[in-house]
Amino acid sequence: MSTTTAAANRGRVLGSAAVTWLVLAAALLLWELVAIGADSVYFPRMTDIIATGADVLLSGPAWRLMLGDAVFEIVLPSLATALGAWALSAALGVALGTALGRSSWAMDYCGTLISFLRSVPPVTLMPAFMVMFGIGVQMEIAAIVFSTLWPIVLNTVDGVRSVDQVKIDTARSLGTPRRYWIGMIVLPAAMPKIFAGLRLSLSIAILLMVVAEIVGGSGIGLRISTTQSTVQYTEMWFWVLLLGVLGYALNTALLAVERLVLGWQPARGDDA
Amino acid sequence: MSTMLEVSGLTHQYGQGERAHVAVQDLTFTIEAGQLACIVGPSGCGKSTLLRCISGLIPATGGSVRLHGDEVSGVPDDLAVVFQDYGRSLFPWLTVAKNVEFPLRWQKVSKAERQRRAAEVLESVGLAGVGKKYPWQLSGGMQQRVSIARALVSRPALLLMDEPFASVDAQTRGELEDLTRRVQRDLGSTILLVTHDIDESVYLADRVLVLSKSPAAIVADLAIDLPTERDQIATRESEQFVSLRGEVARLLQSPQVQRTGENAPAETPAATTGTDDTTASDATAASETTAPAEATGAALSDGADTAEAADAAGSPDPTAASRS
Ligand SMILES: Nc1ncnc2c1ncn2[C@@H]1O[C@H](COP(=O)(O)OP(=O)(O)OP(=O)(O)O)[C@@H](O)[C@H]1O
Ligand SMILES: [Mg+2]
Repeated sequence: MSTTTAAANRGRVLGSAAVTWLVLAAALLLWELVAIGADSVYFPRMTDIIATGADVLLSGPAWRLMLGDAVFEIVLPSLATALGAWALSAALGVALGTALGRSSWAMDYCGTLISFLRSVPPVTLMPAFMVMFGIGVQMEIAAIVFSTLWPIVLNTVDGVRSVDQVKIDTARSLGTPRRYWIGMIVLPAAMPKIFAGLRLSLSIAILLMVVAEIVGGSGIGLRISTTQSTVQYTEMWFWVLLLGVLGYALNTALLAVERLVLGWQPARGDDA
Repeated sequence: MSTMLEVSGLTHQYGQGERAHVAVQDLTFTIEAGQLACIVGPSGCGKSTLLRCISGLIPATGGSVRLHGDEVSGVPDDLAVVFQDYGRSLFPWLTVAKNVEFPLRWQKVSKAERQRRAAEVLESVGLAGVGKKYPWQLSGGMQQRVSIARALVSRPALLLMDEPFASVDAQTRGELEDLTRRVQRDLGSTILLVTHDIDESVYLADRVLVLSKSPAAIVADLAIDLPTERDQIATRESEQFVSLRGEVARLLQSPQVQRTGENAPAETPAATTGTDDTTASDATAASETTAPAEATGAALSDGADTAEAADAAGSPDPTAASRS
């Protein structure tokens, strides 16, 4: 009885995964058909886009697993910038959020300021970043850090503040020393909220990476603007699609890490 | 026998000025080492407040608490607390074994020793082999066993328990009561357990302290001279148990505990606290409908409590009134 239910469940899960990919394939096919019908240079066929992408990425020698120069000179540096800046932002944001959240008065003073900073669309600040940091990777990092920091800070504050009173009493009654307090009580309890902030800011990081690169002229962003201005729309579409793939992959990777770190959460069950 | 806990003149008041609420008033008692004492009192009378003051989680606004002679300020090292709400008291991000090891983390105990002691104490509460699970994977009764194990692992001199079995089913409750008595005897620990369950207090304790309604004051201190070996069924049927339970129940019903005011002077001229003014005015005004006259007394407790108190006192009233 229970085994059939489990099997049925697994069947449904597998089914849903298969359906997801089927929908994606159908969307790509639809694109192909519409593009054939439209027959426009602005809207190339999906098969052309994928072929171009394969050309760009897989044009290297065999000892590099065929990976082309574009991978090492464009994709990886862009990714390194986005991930590096995001990691920096995560470290800063969790530290700052913990400090603000632990303090009884700091958020009274800084809360509004942080909400304000978060509400400024970071894209509009690009000129300011260019003036402050010049054009280059520093400016890109600054732009990404500035726009991903606040969601992490606010989520961390929220998490740190929401530690259950009974757990605080318990930890105190067990004689938890001050120096263990943050690492053993506050951060573990705040971790689910912190991860929510990290996921949100990861997608912002990718977005800001592209914007900063278009403005600053490097990496994937530069390729998108160059191919667009030189009427290489097929390659331009490839880079756009690649961003989607990268964003999806990074989010999936972060979810895997989250599942590992927050494996203790009942909702995440061990059977899923 | 040496004195483990000495509470003298303990008073705790929440808030200031108009919103002030005296939860505990001028409590004095001592607990001898190796005793299992139960505190029983009506809901909301200030039992948790008392335990929080003793455990140093909140500083009392008056009086003093001494744990084997040392004045308590802040949480003492050799004291542990078991809370009612095991679901919120256990750390969900730690496995059962890690939860139990937790208090040893900052003591000079090697990792291997820590694990050995955790396994040992888990076994003594009947939970061998579940160390690798997470708390939410266990039943409520098992979770409470884990928190008892965690409290015992550092071998505290005094164990405080705040309604530890109020959230488990009757069967489990009996098991946990027996566990508590067994562990207390095996380890020779001193336990102060708070409950609002009369049966439980009599079954568990060597001694029962009965508290009055808010603000809590001690109205009785009973020695429970039941045999050391107790049995859920036989003990509860014994005449001695029944009469002790009746005695505690009567005490809890008494106007002194209920603090309805009116017939306190009639039955207990030596009313302990300073509600005498209220009492006097009530006595003149009151015959049957107590609620309106309660208004002055109600400043201390919320409306529901007052109504409940009036109800509870309502039935024995006529006889008491006619007697006076
Ligand atoms: N933090 C607080 N601030 C203000 N009043 C409080 C606070 N905690 C408790 N009280 C009040 O103090 C009184 C005693 O509370 P306490 O929790 O000690 O009672 P209790 O006897 O443990 O009740 P229960 O049987 O419901 O657990 C109650 O009237 C309650 O409203
Ligand atoms: Mg309580």
